[in-house]
Amino acid sequence: MTMTTVVLAGVGGQGTILAGDVLAKVAVAEGMDVKLSEVHGMAQRGGSVETFVRFGETVFSPVVDPGVADHLIAFEMTEAARTLTYLRPGGTLVVNRRTVDSLPVLIGDMPAPEGLEEALVGEGAIFLDAEALACEAGSPRSANIVLMGAASYALPFEVPTWERVISDRVPPKTVEANLRAFHLGRDACAEGVCSL
Amino acid sequence: MARTLMSGNEAVARGAWEAGVSVGVGYPGTPSTEVLENLVKYEDVHCEWAPNEKVAAEVAGGASLGGVRALVTMKHVGLNVAADVLYTQSYTGVKGGLVYLVADDPGMHSSQNEQDTRNHGVGARVPVLEPSDSQEALEFTRAAFEISERFDVPVIVRLTTRISHGKGLVTGGSRTEVAARPYERDARKYVMMPGNARVRLKDVAARDEALAAYGSTADVNRVEHRDASVGVITSGIAYQYVREALPDASVLKLGLTVPLPERLILDFASSVERLAVVEELDAHLTMRVRALGVDVEEIDLPRHGELSPRIVAEAFGASPLSRREPVDGLPPRPPLLCPGCPHRGLFYALGKVRAVVTGDIGCYTLGTLPPLNGMDSCVCMGASIGMAHGVDLAGSVERPVVAVIGDSTFAHSGLTGLLHMAYARSTGTVIVLDNRTTAMTGHQGNPVNGVFIDGSDAPAIDLDAVCTALGAGSVRTVDPHDLNATLAVLREETTADHLSVIVSKAPCALLIKDHHDPYAVDEELCTKCGACIRLGCPAISRDENGRAVIDTATCVGCGQCVQVCRYDAIVGVGPSCDLGGVR
Repeated sequence: MTMTTVVLAGVGGQGTILAGDVLAKVAVAEGMDVKLSEVHGMAQRGGSVETFVRFGETVFSPVVDPGVADHLIAFEMTEAARTLTYLRPGGTLVVNRRTVDSLPVLIGDMPAPEGLEEALVGEGAIFLDAEALACEAGSPRSANIVLMGAASYALPFEVPTWERVISDRVPPKTVEANLRAFHLGRDACAEGVCSL
Repeated sequence: MARTLMSGNEAVARGAWEAGVSVGVGYPGTPSTEVLENLVKYEDVHCEWAPNEKVAAEVAGGASLGGVRALVTMKHVGLNVAADVLYTQSYTGVKGGLVYLVADDPGMHSSQNEQDTRNHGVGARVPVLEPSDSQEALEFTRAAFEISERFDVPVIVRLTTRISHGKGLVTGGSRTEVAARPYERDARKYVMMPGNARVRLKDVAARDEALAAYGSTADVNRVEHRDASVGVITSGIAYQYVREALPDASVLKLGLTVPLPERLILDFASSVERLAVVEELDAHLTMRVRALGVDVEEIDLPRHGELSPRIVAEAFGASPLSRREPVDGLPPRPPLLCPGCPHRGLFYALGKVRAVVTGDIGCYTLGTLPPLNGMDSCVCMGASIGMAHGVDLAGSVERPVVAVIGDSTFAHSGLTGLLHMAYARSTGTVIVLDNRTTAMTGHQGNPVNGVFIDGSDAPAIDLDAVCTALGAGSVRTVDPHDLNATLAVLREETTADHLSVIVSKAPCALLIKDHHDPYAVDEELCTKCGACIRLGCPAISRDENGRAVIDTATCVGCGQCVQVCRYDAIVGVGPSCDLGGVR
């Protein structure tokens, strides 16, 4: 039984839910069984968020255990470190080179974590500056789609399928920017910047 | 209908629509909320948010009595509020099919407790169906309406967070139009006075037996014979974990877990060498299967929190997977009040009067976190008001005691508490946090904001008039973004000689589309005093020199920080640049 597990990790408001939905729909469009799991509610209020997407011939559990994920796409570096435990040995780690300080850091209760980037490099992370590429694409809010573009390089789906699903799923006015964002993320990998 | 990716909640809505449901009613509560939000999108179904789950269950019960199919939705703790209705509806039975959609929250992602709804099924003697994925959420909801009418009983469809919010592929069908059953008075069945209830209770006992027999042959329960050396009885999401963790095990997959299909269980038990039960939360099936005299193996599964494939695998002896250790010392990232949240201003002012704050359920519960540290208790919907009165009665607190309750929560179960305070001659203080919406669950309408579930206008209650009528000595409205004015009113009312209601009124920051321009810190003027930091606004932090810095991309210009800065160091700036806040 072949099954692929992707974990998306970020901060509430970064668009992980939409990104997970796009990925799941791409897998559906390519004829696979798919399960997606995420948690709403409190999570929307700037807390840590995790989305699990699993696809393959048959998928049972929507929930992912530590040590199981084939790909971890982290939208933020602290969350990358927090969720690294999901990644199986040899799995791909794509990280947005960004930190968003959580409240204990903002109010000075805890220091901002240091050396995150170096630690993640040590874990084989591939870095992207998703916000910069999103701005280049014309919409700073498309950073999530930049990251899906990067992930797409490691996933077994056709580019036209991604383009179709993204076009259907994002607000109509932002379709062009999001498609550019997808390709900028994907090209960053293809050009070796993120060397998947 | 082509196979579509749907959440369990979307699939329940689809299933109810296909089953010909006429009325959908509920109270929002994570993880159940999206059921009704999706059902309202279908034609031919009338949907309403009720002020609480009890009213919702009564409305649905009335619709059933009127002869049509009705769905009532709530989260697990909501069923406690509606339990009074359910336990006696079990006696009256139904006319049109009546289904309770109840969503449990193992792991308490967004809840104050972790209760297991199956216990209410046993207590109320009503069937409980447990779907294990989105497709079953649709099919079991359809089946629930059939069971409800066939056995004359309300039926619970129990989801858990991973079913409600998990998505999977669903193939839907078409709607079956169900004509309303003609109304006729049947007082002996529907008027539950003692003489009638005693008679109905005998019918309930007969129904229990009929349902148990049905469960042994019904499609919702199934045996999957594989290797006979290990047999597992399981239900709901745990079934998926069992299939992934123990692909060769024989499985009795129970869709209908209350009442127990005894025949089926005994047959399955005798067909396998070892028998175990895998279930999330209470050892509910385990104990009831053992009560049948079946030898259930003791396995080491947690009785709280969520299960997972590895937890199940390891309970059956698998060795742990090799994995990276979690990184130590990372700052936690709890959810927080949004930038521009009006509640922040109120909690800041409450801190200034050193109030003991009995709290309630909603976004504002997050005001309990540092640095606001704004809440002393939070138990259940509406508890803030009765508890404030009780703390006052204890007589041990010298500081002001203040109840804090949201607008929707006040309509849910705050009104009776306030009525009691007035009746009991309290001179306490109740603050209604009126942010014009039911924010935490995703901005549903309610009787205070006057928005109906379909977005149309509805009558909004006049909080001043209602609170005055209930007996409040004063009702004053403050803008919580105006910190000094809020503080002045708090000081007056917490020392006043009458029962006070303060309506802290400003719209949820997420409802405002056209925000004020952001603010920024003038480095020359900032003295690093930290007053603005103590608001706990996610837009404000310290730079490497300890000065305050405002992330202009996150700031929505609410202006609270401007008011706490004694050095006028926080100043207006133009619209933010696109890359602000990224570092």
